[in-house]
Amino acid sequence: MQEIIEQLEEKRKAAAMGGGQARIDKQHARGKLTARERIDLLLDEDSFEEWDTFVEHRCTDFGMADKKVPGDGVVTGYGTVNGRVVFVFSQDFTVFGGSLSEAHAEKICKVMDQAMKVGAPIIGLNDSGGARIQEGVASLGGYAEVFQRNVLASGVVPQISLIMGPCAGGAVYSPAMTDFIFMVKDSSYMFVTGPDVVKTVTHEEVTAEELGGATTHSTISGVCDRSYDNDVDALMMLRRFINYLPPNNRENPPFRPTPDSASRKEMSLDTLVPGNPNLPYDMKELIFKVADDNEFWELQPEHAQNIIIGFTRMDGHTVGVVANQPLVLAGCLDIKSSIKAGRFVRFCDAFNIPILTFVDVPGFMPGTSQEYGGIIKHGAKLLFAYAEATVPKVTVITRKAYGGAYDVMSSKHLRGDVNLAWPSAEIAVMGPKGAVEIIFRSDIGDEKKIAERTEEYRRKFANPFIAGSRGYIDDVIAPHETRKRVCRSLAMLKDKQLDNPWRKHDNIPL
Amino acid sequence: MFDKILIANRGEIACRVIKSAQKMGIKTVAVYSDADRNALHVQMADESVHIGPPPSAQSYLLKEKILQACLDTGAQAVHPGYGFLSENSEFCEALAEAGITFIGPRTHAIQAMGDKITSKQLADDAGVNTIPGFSDVLRDGDHAVEIANKLGYPVMLKATAGGGGKGMRVAYDDAECREGFERASNEARTGFGDDRMFVEKFIEEPRHIEIQIIADSHGNVVYLNERECSLQRRHQKVIEEAPSPFLDNETRKMMGEQAVALAKAVEYQSAGTVEFIVDAKRNFYFLEMNTRLQVEHPITELITGFDLVELMIHVANGEQLPIRQSDVGINGWAIESRVYAEDPFRNFLPSTGRLVYYRPPASDEHVRVDTGVFEGGEVSMFYDPMIAKLVTHGDTRDEAIAHMRSALDRFLIRGVTSNISFLSSLMVHPRFVSGNMSTNMIGEEYPDGFHPADVPHEDPTIFISVAASMLRGYRDRAAQIDGQLYGHERRVRDDWVVLMNDVQHPVTVVSVQGGHDVQYNGNTYAVRSQWEFGQPLFSGSINGVEIFVQVEREDQTYRLFHNGSQADVKVITPKVAEYLQYMPVKVPPDMSKFLLSPMPGLLVSLAVEEGQAVNAGEELAVLEAMKMENTLLAERDCVVSKINFETGASLAVDDKIMEFE
Repeated sequence: MQEIIEQLEEKRKAAAMGGGQARIDKQHARGKLTARERIDLLLDEDSFEEWDTFVEHRCTDFGMADKKVPGDGVVTGYGTVNGRVVFVFSQDFTVFGGSLSEAHAEKICKVMDQAMKVGAPIIGLNDSGGARIQEGVASLGGYAEVFQRNVLASGVVPQISLIMGPCAGGAVYSPAMTDFIFMVKDSSYMFVTGPDVVKTVTHEEVTAEELGGATTHSTISGVCDRSYDNDVDALMMLRRFINYLPPNNRENPPFRPTPDSASRKEMSLDTLVPGNPNLPYDMKELIFKVADDNEFWELQPEHAQNIIIGFTRMDGHTVGVVANQPLVLAGCLDIKSSIKAGRFVRFCDAFNIPILTFVDVPGFMPGTSQEYGGIIKHGAKLLFAYAEATVPKVTVITRKAYGGAYDVMSSKHLRGDVNLAWPSAEIAVMGPKGAVEIIFRSDIGDEKKIAERTEEYRRKFANPFIAGSRGYIDDVIAPHETRKRVCRSLAMLKDKQLDNPWRKHDNIPL
Repeated sequence: MFDKILIANRGEIACRVIKSAQKMGIKTVAVYSDADRNALHVQMADESVHIGPPPSAQSYLLKEKILQACLDTGAQAVHPGYGFLSENSEFCEALAEAGITFIGPRTHAIQAMGDKITSKQLADDAGVNTIPGFSDVLRDGDHAVEIANKLGYPVMLKATAGGGGKGMRVAYDDAECREGFERASNEARTGFGDDRMFVEKFIEEPRHIEIQIIADSHGNVVYLNERECSLQRRHQKVIEEAPSPFLDNETRKMMGEQAVALAKAVEYQSAGTVEFIVDAKRNFYFLEMNTRLQVEHPITELITGFDLVELMIHVANGEQLPIRQSDVGINGWAIESRVYAEDPFRNFLPSTGRLVYYRPPASDEHVRVDTGVFEGGEVSMFYDPMIAKLVTHGDTRDEAIAHMRSALDRFLIRGVTSNISFLSSLMVHPRFVSGNMSTNMIGEEYPDGFHPADVPHEDPTIFISVAASMLRGYRDRAAQIDGQLYGHERRVRDDWVVLMNDVQHPVTVVSVQGGHDVQYNGNTYAVRSQWEFGQPLFSGSINGVEIFVQVEREDQTYRLFHNGSQADVKVITPKVAEYLQYMPVKVPPDMSKFLLSPMPGLLVSLAVEEGQAVNAGEELAVLEAMKMENTLLAERDCVVSKINFETGASLAVDDKIMEFE
């Protein structure tokens, strides 16, 4: 017995050292923490229950038989973040470059399976050179096992990936299917094919950072939801992020008490929308001023900035916010913003998170690049997502709600529960000028007539009353009481019951 | 008494005049340009009249429009405030012809004092001390140089119509004299429509001390003692106080009596100010007389107890002054800080935009806030960037300073940048605190502009203990989240590390009733506060001493502001602190290869072409904003590789105007 305990201690020590001190030092020199250090920061102190510390690979080819490290390059288990259970796997770059072996994959699958059984989020800390080439197809099989679980867990428990090192080739598809991807700047990258292959095939010269670094994915591709300066910042922010999420699709998101009064007035919102309809304003000011404690956890802040998405709390309860941003492209909808917001709306719907939508949208972006890019189908994603969502939906139209984009943005017709408008709201098929030039085409050229007609159209439609008279708007509210009205609406909707018809699954225009 | 008066102004002074009028039961009419449609003075007035587009030349300076507004609303008198039409004799005459009273001096006094050359002559004749100089209009730059050589450098070139620092240049040699003449006369031409210039001897180490007078139409003139306005930045007053820490009773009386003599010489009526320059030996010289209500009049009101606007209205109504010289005393000490929408860390360039937060300290017996804006309002690029005046009063100068420090800490402005941190830094500056000032002080003490490093916090433990308390509260609250693992709930630790400007400070934070006890370096700091998350102002106490700290939050970082200094603070666990050693230091991108637009404005001219080599200090471009032309200079020797904008372009902050090789 004593002997076994001693052996155990030894094995634990060996496992804790991963690939050895030299490799740990190297990892540190790269500005990266080790797999265990990362878990240490992510989870509450002393809450980590490690599993499969003693798992080793079973490969005997290419001299692997005598190269075994307990844990086989991934640390797995569960623990708590603010007392709430999460399952975690953390790839260890110091052990075989964090490469994925059959055994390594089995460890990941084990925690994923358990997370599904108990209904708790799965967090992956990715830092892996890729497949364990020595194992060949066994490693590929391992990936596919993980992929299959990612898919089955999707919409059942939240899945979050934090990319903290390389993630290339097939390996990218596991994070790709999780709900959120965070990255660390300068030390992580993701791509399907690396710079060398790119050069051979397309003759493009590109660095790993340019091709798939955190900046690329958080600005251009939108693959990354948030990027951070270093491992420590990323892990600290991930802890905060988890606080917004429910553990699974059968439970409500957590409540966190707030001293912030639900009826707090913000008089300055009365002047947020400029008198001139062509002038922009910062929609984020509205979000911050309406949110509990002025806190807003934005996702993809640098990608498709014409739409804002993120989490906040209203009266202590998690809410997903979607808002047009008039500061960027006048807040219009285009391919990227539709995809960005569409996926977010579906996440919220899957996890019982009410959706708060702030609308100031002049329409869809015109142009060949949009049409050739398939704006028809991509724009439909956001429309589809809003229409199928059964969670509480509260919408506030601050200014423009024009055309098809009005319909899309959580309108009454898409089962919006509470649709409010500010007095500055204009709900119309299009802006007055454009409308007049179509209706009174024969008057084009007669500036005076056009001006008169435009004014007439403006008087009729550039206000919330026509929409109000048809019941498309439940009420017109003073901007300063937005927080109060939204909080009360959400409180009323707390026990909302709504089911879509049975089907195997829907067929969203992918 | 008048039933209704019109205020031909905007901003804080319009609001301030409306307040006195309301107190006297007089109805008020505001005027506004398109840019001021929702401005505070419009909200406060009983009625308001739109007078034109935003540029003041097309609105607030249009005499006819304002006259028409009087006629349309039935206003019987006009208070002009300061600036705009306050010293415009044609406007006075036009009003007089229409039978409307001008609440201010009569035309001939404005004319006499509005011309610097005439006024100096008049002062001389009235027995007022004047500066040696040449009192004729200069013909050109050469003429200026010729006279300057006779007087001896340094000299001051002044536009006869100038004021408020515009149209004025000091020259120490011929080259500066010639250039100064051109620049100042250009400014005077565009700013005042009058480019006549004169030159006088420039007094070094001068103090700016001015006498407030009030006169009625019956020949009674009273002086309300002095204000010292020596703290100036490029001839713009920044901080004023009353009384002056420099004057003795004898000098005060002499200055007061000379001011009265001058007022009588021009049959002055209404409020006016006689500005003097005072040298180190308390010799004083007449500078000019301002025939209007001054920006800094509140400090005089606080030490004398008189409402100057009220007195102005009474005397304009033809009444006798209700006070005699013997009624005028000095009660305690008053200080005024001018709050500007400008960025002290970017060479004080104007900042415009929406006031996302604007929360001045509450007015009380020690604090007075004269403000012209409100939270959610707009600071427009068309007008003076001064948005408020913060005035404090105490029994002694030290008390007034202490109140000012506290009031500045509480003054919350976000959305546009303000000079609050600069004002705070002046309030703790040893030269100001000791009263050893001159009008050169700011230039001498902040030769390279103002930087955050200029204001090291006198007691960084304030930031450390406040941050520790805030974050402890935040974590305790986070630990209340529901859905926790039963029996394994989050327990918040007591030992933390405060990371301030990248330096680690280990602390122990214990929750107690009403706050936290923070142990740091062997001392205990009892931090007590009702602060709640999300509030931008932390008000509370440390060891019983009242404290106000402003808070800006971004993710995990809290930026704290106190007494003009700021610190970026994170509160982390000891473990995080340990692991931070492995985190790489990230260098921000090098922007020195670009000329960035320092503020929103109009690109007036480009002095260079692509491919041109320039030396450090040479002019690259001129940017106009807030009616001021700002010359952008090369910071080092370089070659211009690319110019991204053409003359006439509208620029946003940080637009890359040009690139260097």
